[in-house]
Amino acid sequence: MRARFVFSEIGVGLRRNLTMTFAVVVSVALALALAGASLLVREQVSSMKGYWYDKVQVSIYLCNKGDQGCDSEVTAQQKAQIKSDLDKLAVVEKVYYESSAQAYDHYRQQFKDSPLLDQITPSQMQQSFRVKLKDPKQFAVIKDAFQGRPGVQSVQDQRDTLDALFRLLNAMTVAAMAVMAVMVVVAVLLIVNTVRVSAFSRRRETGIMRLVGASSFYIQMPFVLEAAIAGFIGSVLACGMIGAGQWLLIDKTLRPSVPLINFLGWGDIMKIFPLVIVFGVLMSAVSAFITLRKYLRV
Amino acid sequence: MIRFDNVSKTYPKQPRPALNDLSLEIERGEFVFLVGASGSGKSTFLRLVLREERSSNGAVHVLGKDLGRLSNWKVPPLRRQIGTVFQDFRLLPNKTVGQNVAFALEVIGKPTGVIRKTVPEVLDLVGLSGKQNRMPNELSGGEQQRVAIARAFVNRPKVLIADEPTGNLDPQTSVGIMKLLDRINRTGTTVLMSTHDQAIVDQMRRRVLELSEGNLVRDQQRGVYGYGQ
Repeated sequence: MRARFVFSEIGVGLRRNLTMTFAVVVSVALALALAGASLLVREQVSSMKGYWYDKVQVSIYLCNKGDQGCDSEVTAQQKAQIKSDLDKLAVVEKVYYESSAQAYDHYRQQFKDSPLLDQITPSQMQQSFRVKLKDPKQFAVIKDAFQGRPGVQSVQDQRDTLDALFRLLNAMTVAAMAVMAVMVVVAVLLIVNTVRVSAFSRRRETGIMRLVGASSFYIQMPFVLEAAIAGFIGSVLACGMIGAGQWLLIDKTLRPSVPLINFLGWGDIMKIFPLVIVFGVLMSAVSAFITLRKYLRV
Repeated sequence: MIRFDNVSKTYPKQPRPALNDLSLEIERGEFVFLVGASGSGKSTFLRLVLREERSSNGAVHVLGKDLGRLSNWKVPPLRRQIGTVFQDFRLLPNKTVGQNVAFALEVIGKPTGVIRKTVPEVLDLVGLSGKQNRMPNELSGGEQQRVAIARAFVNRPKVLIADEPTGNLDPQTSVGIMKLLDRINRTGTTVLMSTHDQAIVDQMRRRVLELSEGNLVRDQQRGVYGYGQ
């Protein structure tokens, strides 16, 4: 009985304020879609960091004939010297040697669609030592030891390239968070207004409820649930938008064209949905409740 | 039932108190008229009994509770024992007569079975049997007030407060309403009614409290409306 009464009240309230409810739903959906997206981008960045920092190496490129900064091609003796010096360093975990032929194969794999491929020969590829460090931050040690040594063309930390990408992604996350904060404020203000209008249009009913001794919980619940339902619909829409984003942007576009990056899968996306929904419902219900304390005297 | 001990009420930004040092007691089962000019403090008096306002000074006791010390969440249970009727009926225009009365029970969480049984009984009592499915705007003013009384009485309150219940009705209809209130009073319900209707007060010969500018100027058993009559 109680439940039926409350739900019929909610139905009346939502229908009466259809336009306002719609505005609430849309703004909640946008705010939460942005929130969810920025959370996901952060997760993507941290998973990429974990994955790539583990894989990245310091590359010591060796001289080819005619390379810039080189007198002549690196000799076997120089190579052996570099290798043994690397093995002596405490920060080095592992050293791989990549020959020109191997570099050529890797290149062919990564850029199989590139038109440049035909013009490159194995002899043009640089030989290199790929050094894996115990702590990737200790790059300077390697650089100091090998930069400028005969036979070494350059020492490169692959982290530099990645960090630029991560910085970009982080900046995007911050921007999304800022827009989200504004959207949340807009959504909350809309909810406050909607509840106020709703309370005003039902002041007859609430007035009578007060007089006959309905508890404040009973009087306020329809309004709070109304907001919570709008919030719920909004957050489900937000989940839909995030899912659509994943499908269109990642699954359809980025994953096939950028095979190097391990993009977040549907499992990670799904994990965020309950969070989005709980936040949407709570945000709406709490702001409705606080509004009622002011506009619905009991 | 209702006791005022040196009660004063001053509204903010108003120099003169709306009620000034009122002391009185209303016993169980009494029928009391509250008379006085507009602005004499009748409404404030009723609002204090309903705990819509708190007194500025002194203690208001209703049904054994000191309203000044009653915490907010205990106010609804108190109001369930007080029925209220207004000059403007305050019915819900989009609900039928039966639904209007049932509403008062629904919102305090009474089970459906009880509601189905009680509503026709009380409509019968107020003389509206058979009009359960009519809309309020199809009824005359007197009938609408009967619906309001049914709604106020359906939960069998110990006190019925009527704020000028005949103010919008013609004399003949008013008599009918007064008979109904009298009948409710005879069931043991204390009735407290504010009114401007001289004829009714003179006819009923019940206790009269007269307020003037916030002071209790008369408390008379079997009284009449004006002085010296």
